[in-house]
Amino acid sequence: MGTSRLPIKNLLRKPGRTAALVLLTALLAASVFGGSVVVGSLRSGLQSLEARLGADIIVMPAEAESKVSFKNMLLQGTTGAFYMDAAVLDEVRAAQGVQIAAPQTFLASLKADCCAIKVQIIGIDPDVDFTVKPWIDERYAQGLGDMEVAVGCKVTAGVGETLKIYEQYTRVVAKLAETGTGLDTAVYCNMDTMQKLLAAAEAKGVSHKISSGSDVISAVYVKVKDGADVAQVNSWLNGHIRKVTAVRARSMFTDVSDSLSGIARAARALIGAVWALALVILLVAFAMMIHERRREFAVLRLLGVSRRGLRAEILAETALCGLAGALLGVGVAALGVFPFTTLIETKLGLPYLTPDAGTLLALAGGTVLATLLVGLLAGAWAAARLSRTDPGATLREGA
Amino acid sequence: MLRAENLSMRYFRRTGQANLFYAVKDVDLELCPGEVALLTGRSGSGKTTLLHMLAGLLTPSEGKVWLEDTDLYALPDADLSRLRNRRFGVIPQGRSAVDTLTVLENVLLPQQLRGEKGDVENALRWLDALGIANLRDARPAELSGGELRRMAIARALAGNPDILLADEPTGDLDDENTAAVLSLLRKSAVEEGKAVLLVTHDSEALPYGTRIYRMESGFLRGEDADG
Ligand SMILES: Nc1ncnc2c1ncn2[C@@H]1O[C@H](COP(=O)(O)OP(=O)(O)O)[C@@H](O)[C@H]1O
Ligand SMILES: [Mg+2]
Repeated sequence: MGTSRLPIKNLLRKPGRTAALVLLTALLAASVFGGSVVVGSLRSGLQSLEARLGADIIVMPAEAESKVSFKNMLLQGTTGAFYMDAAVLDEVRAAQGVQIAAPQTFLASLKADCCAIKVQIIGIDPDVDFTVKPWIDERYAQGLGDMEVAVGCKVTAGVGETLKIYEQYTRVVAKLAETGTGLDTAVYCNMDTMQKLLAAAEAKGVSHKISSGSDVISAVYVKVKDGADVAQVNSWLNGHIRKVTAVRARSMFTDVSDSLSGIARAARALIGAVWALALVILLVAFAMMIHERRREFAVLRLLGVSRRGLRAEILAETALCGLAGALLGVGVAALGVFPFTTLIETKLGLPYLTPDAGTLLALAGGTVLATLLVGLLAGAWAAARLSRTDPGATLREGA
Repeated sequence: MLRAENLSMRYFRRTGQANLFYAVKDVDLELCPGEVALLTGRSGSGKTTLLHMLAGLLTPSEGKVWLEDTDLYALPDADLSRLRNRRFGVIPQGRSAVDTLTVLENVLLPQQLRGEKGDVENALRWLDALGIANLRDARPAELSGGELRRMAIARALAGNPDILLADEPTGDLDDENTAAVLSLLRKSAVEEGKAVLLVTHDSEALPYGTRIYRMESGFLRGEDADG
């Protein structure tokens, strides 16, 4: 029967009641969506970091603090420089079980040099590099030439601009995709360029030389052969090459992934609790709303609305409330989370990468759908309770 | 046209002796077209309970209600609801407005529930006859008890039902309006051939009835119109 416009009228002509239900729903949808986005961002941040590294083992100088600064460099973009003799590379290559060994050399820019902040400059060997090279290739496939640099997405310089590093002029040829890690604030060049920059830095009094005066590198990324035991290769490297530490890449990030999965678990529990609470609160709120209006619904039955028609009327109202609340909540959460990405990132000190648009849309869609479902469930439950009573019994009450 | 057969309503109630009691017991009653049946009786004697059962609003614990040869409570809910909408005009006790609709929209609602647009002129005629045409665009919250009652009467009449069931429709009306309402109801029976059941305490109503019943503790006693 033609009750189709009644739900809309009921909602619009009782704006206070409607607003209360919509806001309640919005609040719950917002916490669910906001929480999911933060957890999802942390997860994709760590994934992107692991993918970028792709190494089984990282060999670096033995100095105690280098491991810490290395990690901070990757996670938070702090600058750091530590060096070892380039000959280490050949020793690593000679080790049994090593498939590829790719060197990198680090240099911290001066603050005044190029960018607003000190940035990490990373020299790679384009012939063997398997860590950042594929990532650079996505944007600049011909390979970094002499005095050419690729920059992370958070470096202000744009493609085609000149970047002055230690009085040397380099040309930006590519800007890289976001990783959510410290790599986003780094500048990449090839090893020849790096040697020139190191010499220029030396002239400015920034020393990097180690005793022998030979070429230096900062780290060697190792990929082991298929079937080789990573732990074995790692301990061999530690035992046979002097003054270096070999670290398994995974172990370097275990504490990060541990705290990350801790956060994710806590967030999931929180989101679960919010959902459970949301379900109960919405059930109670809708049930109260319907209980308060039971006389009105009994009148509709009296005028000829069937049980089924009444259920449709109630479901239409709760669904509309649920939908409006869900959309509002997701919108508000988006406004609350996305503009503060940088703040959240620095506060957490963890790789944080907002998931791609598809994933976000799916999350938003899922939240809206689930909220709508809860609204429908609450409506169905209240309507079922209502239709168990004969309208005659309700009409007698307080008449 | 509408016939109650051995109709009883039993309620569970914690009392001193028996936990069960009958609000309505073994009632046989027939409402015919063109007649105004008055139902009187003390408060709590079962009048409202009987009216609700006759209207298809309350499932009796025993007995049957027949509309012609249809057993009301054997019908599926959708069919019973459709019958209520098309053939019954019920004026319940107490408030019965849909608060979000205006007075006019309330009066048009039964027709719109059938999927019709609703006859506005007809609705306004009834509102006018009951003296509340000026309130057509008011919301129920703004109305007095007597105005709400007259709105409910207009709503029942505007749907053009065959059977009118009115539960103390003049309870909160002044003498002038009471007379107007009672003559409207009588006219629908006598001139339009509707069957009318009128629950009332009002002795003023007695002249309008063609038949008078009295409820006593759930039992129905017939009386003559003049007695
Ligand atoms: N749902 C119910 N549960 C228990 N008792 C009820 C219920 N409905 C009505 N009654 C009782 O049935 C009796 C008749 O009620 P009612 O039909 O409203 O009387 P009247 O309309 O004649 O004043 C009253 O004693 C009332 O308390
Ligand atoms: Mg009563």
